[in-house]
Formats: sequence, C-alpha cells, structure tokens
Amino acid sequence: MSKASRKLRTLIVDDEELARQVLRELLCEHGEIEIVAECKNGLETVKAVAEHKPDLLFLDVQMPKLTGFDVLELIGSEISVIFVTAFDEYAMKAFEVHAVDYLLKPVGKERLAAALQRVKVHSHGSRPNPAELSAASRPAGQFAERLVVKDGTRVTLIPVAKLDYAEAQDDYVALASEGKKHLKQQTIASLEAALDPKQFVRVHRSYVVNLERVTRIEPYLKDSRVAVLSSGVRLPVSRAGYARLQALLNERS
Amino acid sequence: MADSVKPRRSFPGPINKFEWVGVAVVLIPALATLGNLSWINSTAVGVPLALFSLFIPLAAGYVCKFTPLDRSVLWRTLLTHVMAAQVLSFLWTLVAGPFARALSYIPQFRGLDKQFSSDLWIVYVTGSLVYLMSIAFQYVVIAQKAAKAVELRAVETSMLARDAELRALRAQINPHFLFNSLNSISALTSIDPARAREMCLLLADFLRLTLGMGEKHVIRFSEELDLLEKFMAIEKVRFGERLQMEENIQEAAKRCQIPALLLQPLLENAVSHGIASMADGGWIRLQAEVQDGRLGIMVENDRDDEAPPRRKSGVGLKNVRSRLEARYGKDATFRIEPSEDRFRVSITLPAEYGENT
Repeated sequence: MSKASRKLRTLIVDDEELARQVLRELLCEHGEIEIVAECKNGLETVKAVAEHKPDLLFLDVQMPKLTGFDVLELIGSEISVIFVTAFDEYAMKAFEVHAVDYLLKPVGKERLAAALQRVKVHSHGSRPNPAELSAASRPAGQFAERLVVKDGTRVTLIPVAKLDYAEAQDDYVALASEGKKHLKQQTIASLEAALDPKQFVRVHRSYVVNLERVTRIEPYLKDSRVAVLSSGVRLPVSRAGYARLQALLNERS
Repeated sequence: MADSVKPRRSFPGPINKFEWVGVAVVLIPALATLGNLSWINSTAVGVPLALFSLFIPLAAGYVCKFTPLDRSVLWRTLLTHVMAAQVLSFLWTLVAGPFARALSYIPQFRGLDKQFSSDLWIVYVTGSLVYLMSIAFQYVVIAQKAAKAVELRAVETSMLARDAELRALRAQINPHFLFNSLNSISALTSIDPARAREMCLLLADFLRLTLGMGEKHVIRFSEELDLLEKFMAIEKVRFGERLQMEENIQEAAKRCQIPALLLQPLLENAVSHGIASMADGGWIRLQAEVQDGRLGIMVENDRDDEAPPRRKSGVGLKNVRSRLEARYGKDATFRIEPSEDRFRVSITLPAEYGENT
C-alpha cells in the first residue's frame, strides 16, 4: 500500500519554546517526519489532534492545564506517542512498565532515532491503556485529584470532590457532576482504581458513588437496596456493594 | 531515630533495695537511746519497720513528680511536702503499734508494746526524716534527668538543623531544574551559540555559589540575592516571557544575616508550581524589609488553580520551615497564604546584622 511511503504527521507538544525548537531541529534530519503543528499546552494539543489527525505525538509530561497523561487519556490510543520528560521518577517507571517510548531531556540524536524506529515497527501494535498508564505514574497511595473529559474539542476538568457518581455505559463511563453528565471512554474498573477508596465506593457492578453524597440507604425489593443521594438520585446497591459500603462506613467511624 | 532521642517519661527516681538499712541504722539507735527500749528490742522492732519504710521514698517520688520545683509556687510545694510527710509518718506509726503488739506475744518480748507506745514519736520523727531525705534525693535525680533531656533536645535541634540543611542542599541541585536547563542549552547551541555559552556560565555560577553556601550557616541577604538572580536568569531562558519577576528589597534588608539558601527553595517553588503551570505565564514578587528590628520577607507568585497537581509539592516549603524552627525557634514566623490565583509565603525573623562579613 502507499501507506509505507506516506510521511508521519507529527505534533510536538511542550510548553517551553526551546524544548520545541530542539526537537524540531533534530527531527529535520528524519525525512519521513512531517511536523504538522507545535502546541504549548494540553488544551491546544487536544484541538490540534482533532484538526490535524497526526500519526505521532511528542508529548511533554509536565505542562500547564493538562499533563501529558491527561492528554493521552483524552486523545485515546489511536496515535503513537513518544513522551518527553526532564526528570520524573514515577512517570519513567510507568513508561518502563507499560513499554511506552520516552525520551529524556536533553534529547539526543541517537535516542530519538531509536524511538522513531520503534514507532515505525510497532505502529499498529499494542498500545497502553491511557488510564492504566496514568494510574501507574502516580505514587502508591496517591489518587486522582481531578478527572479530564472531552466533549468534541471542549475539555472539562472535574475535581473528584465534585463527582457525585459514575455509571458504566458499555465502553464508557458517565460522570455525574453538578447536575451534568459527562461521557468518557474508560472502564468503570479503571476509574474506580484511580479514585480514593476512602471516598468512592463501587456500590454496584455499574456504579461508583461518592460517599459524601449518600444521604441514606433504603431497602428495595428482596435482597437489594438503593442509595439515595443528596440530589435525590437513586442508585442500585448490590449485596457486595452494600458490604463494601458498610465496611467503609465502619472504618470511618 | 527521632523517637530514641525523646526524653523518657518513666518512674520517678530509683528506689534502692538497701535503703532500709539506712533507715534501720537511724531508727534503732534512736529507739535505744532516746526511748525506753533496750538495744535488742529496738532492733527487733526497728528492722521490720525499716523494711516497711520503703513505701515512704516510693510515695515521695510520686509527690516530687507532681510537684516539680521549677513550675510550682514555693509555699504550695512546702505545704504539699509537709502534709505528705505528716501523712506518711503517721501511716508508718500506725503500722508500728500493731507490730509491736504482735511481737509482745513472743515470751522474750513480753511487755514490749507497753514500753514502745510512748516511743512512737521517735518513729514519727524518723519517718519525717526519711521523707525529707527521699525528696532531696528525688529532686536531684529529677534535675539530672531534666539536664539530660535539655542536652538531648539541643542535640536533636542541631541534628534537625543539619538534616534540613542537607536536604535543602540536595533539593538545590534539583534534577528537574538541571536537566531542563541542559535541554535549553542544547537547543541554544545551534540557534544562538552566544546565549548558549552565557547560559552555561550562569549555570556554573549558580552551582558554584550553591556549593559554597552549603558550608556557611548564615549569609548576608545580598549574597542570597545574587544567587537568586542567577537562578532567575536561568529560568528566564527556559520560560522566556512567561516568567516575570518583581523585586522590592529595602536597603536595610540587604545587610541582614539570613540562613544560607533559605529563599532559593521558595523561588524554585514559585517557578515550578506557579509559573510553569500557567500557559501564559505570570509574575513572581519578592519583597523584603526591616521593621521594628524584624526582617520580613515575602515571596508571592501567580498560579492557576486548575493546574494539574504536581508531585512532591511542599517539600521545599517544609524544609524552609524546619530550618527556621531549628535556628530561631519561636522567634521566627512562617506563613503560607494560598488563594485562588496567588500563592504567598511570608517569613519574619529577627533582623541580625552581624559582623561585616
């Protein structure tokens, strides 16, 4: 197919101008790379990805607004990503564990060439689950402080304290916050893993609830219950979910 | 490690197993010479009574513990001990009576209780004496313990100071800062070689100053300022227009002595948690002035409250706080005032001018 001869449409993402320049300069030597855009932060990146449909992303980890991991969660795993970082022990460990390509600053020619080579070879191989990678980059015992959701090119940040509950919907989760629902492509299990287990409980196969929002638990039919939230929403509580809820409440008091 | 240096709170003062011998040596001759009893009878009553007297120093230990000399009013201390002595001596005499009666059932000691009943005052006085000796002994032990605790605390404080200093130094050569600077230099070598060289020199100066300062405890504010300017110049190359700095330092403040590398972590914090998290950049403000003999320093930076959380936040601030505590104790204040779009750290410490170093 003609795909082999097609150039790799590439996006460079870094909040520092010099860091972008050095990458651009080094990439000049690689004829197969076509730089379609440069972005200064995560929000720009999400837009640029929608607009340019790149094949490859050079993604800085620490940026204003959204981190590299947030960006990856939002753009999905269709695009090859090479992370770039100066020094971040946890991120580096996560990259190693999930066999993600990454470059260390200052970026060298050889390392860059090797990373590009791997991208070309594995371009349609397995890619890490963004949520899992993001979770792996957090130190043990530290949980997500906010969730990022994309609706078209609009990015919404939801602080976890404002998350009422999450509902599984096929491959998506619906995040309920401040009266709105936001759809995100993520499994409820990986969302549950990212949240502080002292605040969020999986009350049902399809529901994770913020304990602070639960006002009472009512019996419902035989052997099952419903959780009534402060907003009046009623969520089903399974038997296992009720046990988890009780365990947590006992632990708290 | 910190636990092992904490002063232990345990039983007040030791009780010597042979204390009773001392009591016996006083009590028996007293009974024999001042009272009606013969030496043999005195010994027969004295030895068990002396053995029983151990409760007096034991009780005295507790009384001393709850009436520390340094924190109690004198008359109340005296009153407490006088009352305790009365009560304990009285208890001891109470025991002595039945004991003598029991002894008098033995044929050899017949009538002992009658002779002894008029000698109870000797037991009473001896008991008071034993109590007096006990509290003297206890107070000496307590004072020794307190002295040791003070010594330990001094060691602990200096260890903390040293520890904070080491940690501050390690944080100084922050790998993130270093690698990012090197990356900037790497970029500049082809774009602007002259600036690349300039940046190398800035970085070298910064590292040299940092390493040199590690050996000093205090430096002039102006010296720290030099270091801060180097640091900001390097970060300015990285962040360009995004990083804006406003300095407002009173001349008198520049002559003050401050712990070396006290402010650098604060500025580094302001850059990495403030400016680096703002897409369009922001300001860092540094102010210092002397007022009423105190040096007030404020570092403030703009910030984006929606910024992604950064790891390791607060380590630099904790270091600064513990260094201030170790050096000035309650004489220094450290305040963090975060708001939605600003982050401010204020420090006040005694304005010390020191020698013209």
